[in-house]
Amino acid sequence: MEEKNVLTALRNALSGGVLETGESFGDPVARIRPEALLSAAGFLKAEPWSYTMLLDATCVDYPDRPGRFEMIYHFFSLASNRRIRIKAALPAENPEIDSLSGLWKNADWLEREIFDMFGVRFSGHPDLRRLFMYDGFEGHPLRKDYPLRKRQPLFKKRETS
Amino acid sequence: MPGNFITTRFEAMLSWGRKFSLFHYPYVTACCGMEYMSTACAHYDIDRFGAGMTRFSPRQSDMLLVVGTITQKLAPVLKTVYDQMTEPKWVIAFGACTVSGGIYDNYAVVQGIDEIIPVDIYIPGCPPRPETVLDGLLKLQEKIKTGGQDWRWKKKTS
Repeated sequence: MEEKNVLTALRNALSGGVLETGESFGDPVARIRPEALLSAAGFLKAEPWSYTMLLDATCVDYPDRPGRFEMIYHFFSLASNRRIRIKAALPAENPEIDSLSGLWKNADWLEREIFDMFGVRFSGHPDLRRLFMYDGFEGHPLRKDYPLRKRQPLFKKRETS
Repeated sequence: MPGNFITTRFEAMLSWGRKFSLFHYPYVTACCGMEYMSTACAHYDIDRFGAGMTRFSPRQSDMLLVVGTITQKLAPVLKTVYDQMTEPKWVIAFGACTVSGGIYDNYAVVQGIDEIIPVDIYIPGCPPRPETVLDGLLKLQEKIKTGGQDWRWKKKTS
């Protein structure tokens, strides 16, 4: 019941920003327009829903879909012990979405990881650099079109006799 | 004639001393570390073989135990640690990841640390049991005993 309520409330609050709602693995899921992310996150974080924790932010590369990069945000409410997932599809060309680092501090590194692995850019991020891979690494390794056998060692192999 | 005889004995004595006084530097990055701890502590007790002195500075150690996955990003660090070690020095590749990259054949992982530094003993296993590690250590000691002087580190390695 509560799941239906939060999704309905989100739909009303965003006025057209929500594309689709549903339930998956027992948690409510809302697919939203990327532009509506900040308002959706702000709405969920505030009272009365109090989804005060950003559990995880991640991305999936679907090369065949028009919205190739699907951003997935997991929010958790400590007050009501409930979770919600927000999804937003980004285009293959120049994928960009608002940064949540103003609302949650941990979004900083989560978004840097996504930038590193998928090349999604976050507008408003204070320090958008690679997190895992080293300086000089080219491409984004978790994209499906990253060559499977491509290696970029930091220095060349030792000569072995 | 007497000179030659004395030189040989000196080398044998030196290697005998070296093989029982290995100061090791554990370069532990991953799950193999659990087996390393088990080997190093009382149950399997690496100290019985004279390799009990764990030094946490490469400058004080002569046996480098590379324990766990080495990523491309970590490769320069491992190289620096190796270069800082005192001579003579030996390297043990501990576990499948250090031997060959193990299950990780991807963009991030070095396919065997011998791409970076010379390796003396390869210990297979994912992770290797402490008995395997001790066997590897005994083989290294055998190598130190019979191998004579090893001047590899005098050559430029990269």
